[in-house]
Amino acid sequence: MNSEAKLTNVSAPKKRKRRASLDARKARAGWFFVLPFVLGFVVIYLPIIIDSIKYSFNKIKIGQGGGYTLEFVGWDNYQEALFVDPNFVQTLASGIQQLIFDIPAIVIFSLFMAVLLNQKMVGRAAFRAIFFIPVIISTGIIDKIDQANTMVDYMTDTGIEDGSGQNTTNEILSAVDIERLFDNMKVGTELVDYVVQMVNNIYNIINRSGVQMLIYLAGLQSISPAIYESCEIDGATAWETFWKITFPMISPMILVNSIYTVIDSFTSQSNKVMTYIATVYDQAGGNVLSSAMAWVYFLIVIVIIGIVAAVLSAYVFYQKRD
Amino acid sequence: MNSQQVPKAPRVMKESKNKIRVEFERTPLKERLKSKFLSMRFLKNVVWVIFRLVLLIGISYVILFPFFAKISGSFMSREDFVDVTVKLIPKYPTLDTYKAIISQNKYFEALLNTLTLSVLCGLIQTFICCLIGYGLAKFKFKGNKLIFFLVIFTMVVPHRTLQLSMFMKFRYFDILGIFNLLGGGVFEGLNVIPFTSLNLNNSYWPLALLSLGGLAFKNGLYIFMMRQFFHGVPDELEESAYIDGSGTFRTFIQIILPLSVPMMITIFLFAFSWQWTDNFYTTIFFTKASKVMMPNIIQIPRTLDTAYAAQNLYESAIRNTCGLLILAPLLLVYVFMQRYLIGGIERSGIVG
Repeated sequence: MNSEAKLTNVSAPKKRKRRASLDARKARAGWFFVLPFVLGFVVIYLPIIIDSIKYSFNKIKIGQGGGYTLEFVGWDNYQEALFVDPNFVQTLASGIQQLIFDIPAIVIFSLFMAVLLNQKMVGRAAFRAIFFIPVIISTGIIDKIDQANTMVDYMTDTGIEDGSGQNTTNEILSAVDIERLFDNMKVGTELVDYVVQMVNNIYNIINRSGVQMLIYLAGLQSISPAIYESCEIDGATAWETFWKITFPMISPMILVNSIYTVIDSFTSQSNKVMTYIATVYDQAGGNVLSSAMAWVYFLIVIVIIGIVAAVLSAYVFYQKRD
Repeated sequence: MNSQQVPKAPRVMKESKNKIRVEFERTPLKERLKSKFLSMRFLKNVVWVIFRLVLLIGISYVILFPFFAKISGSFMSREDFVDVTVKLIPKYPTLDTYKAIISQNKYFEALLNTLTLSVLCGLIQTFICCLIGYGLAKFKFKGNKLIFFLVIFTMVVPHRTLQLSMFMKFRYFDILGIFNLLGGGVFEGLNVIPFTSLNLNNSYWPLALLSLGGLAFKNGLYIFMMRQFFHGVPDELEESAYIDGSGTFRTFIQIILPLSVPMMITIFLFAFSWQWTDNFYTTIFFTKASKVMMPNIIQIPRTLDTAYAAQNLYESAIRNTCGLLILAPLLLVYVFMQRYLIGGIERSGIVG
């Protein structure tokens, strides 16, 4: 009895020590794995961020023989961006408005397409391959070429024109048609305009919803078929199944996608604000000004992401896992 | 199905020792077909299938049409753009545009440079993001959440915000002021140039360094995807490896890496193709004089005289041809790899 107690007494601290060291070793291993990021962040990224903030408060002069001098000017750059520059605030406002319109369209469209592409049908692989082409190619250079693509506009346009490349009416739908359709339905003109804008913007929306579609598809694949089977046995229609099963199960993905879409479209180089900031950057002495503008923009983006995350996470349904 | 008579119960007869025969009344073929094809359900299904097909084909058309337009535009000669009756099918097809771009815009040089850069960055990013994702998913340590937050943070900061300071950072590259402290000098000819920093621009270093830190274009997304993937890998797998006496790192190399190959192919495909078409980092870090990268080849070749009636249109077509030439190798890769792109994501279990 006595010896047994002694034994446990002796072994207990030893055991605890061993455990602690295992945990510590695992923690160390964890640090080892994330080390590249930590090093990169501290050595490269953090200085870049700090520099960027610093530059936005300075005027910069590049000297000869590899050096540059900074001249502290306080809030001047921000003041110039917000109050002196005639276009910045306007571009910011219209750009953000446009993005706020686009984001729900992208999130809804990609969900719809993912549900379609998830169904069993002939040629599914081919359709998927086509739908994900934009993910790969419509970034960077191609995006830049497409921004003002006179030729494709010309080719799309079915009317005969003078060959000057001037783009005439090139819309799939016109607001008038839709208005006639919705005339008796008592919906506001805002909704009509929104739908029209969405349809006419379809190429743009498709181009930007590739990654979201992939994320939704992954989410849809992870829903257990057993749930659908039991629904079918209980006699639920496809419509009911979508709203009662698919939608709640996919709602975490909707949150992820909404945030991703916000990030992606706000940081994409083709949006109005970014293009404007880029043009300012290229102007003489505009590089510090563009830093200031970009920081103003960043703050707004953070606020919008916060709002989206807060609103959506209240409605997200998480399946309990055991 | 809805026949009035109640069908007789099937009769079971014993034919031999191990064989039975079941006799039952089959519903007539006509009735069966009727119940199958004339039901509301079937009708709805047909309508839905047709609607779905039309929709998918329509959207595929929207995606693919610009390609067709660009391809046909690239074969058109200057005269075709003036001729209003020509659209999509060139009347005087020519290869001049391609020839001029390839010979004068240093296409092959750009191809080689970009290929090197994209493969380099793609490989580094895939491995590093795998490493970081694994560390974030499988190890509990202080600061895990903070690091994940920082990863997301790097994704949220617009690149433009950092454009100037990124350029400056690599123009006057210096790790935490070490080079500056060392002072020193570099000989160039007979003069000693005071050496306080390195100019890394116009080399592959800036992007390689950013990739090594998991900080390059969209790496936050890759790390997130990898982390979610490793969350789905059962812990028991590693535990059994640990019990067998394998260390953490060896477990990672021998057990985890082979397992995550599909996901890594997906990430590589993303990293490779986004680096390939990137024109933000490449235009910051490379000047045209030193290394020709893909964005630099988009220009009007000298031999093509565009000052003609439909100049606007023609120049646009030339730019689009440049775009096609840039995309061609990428599309080739995509055709062979797209299965992995979709397959990898589906198996990833991105759902947290």
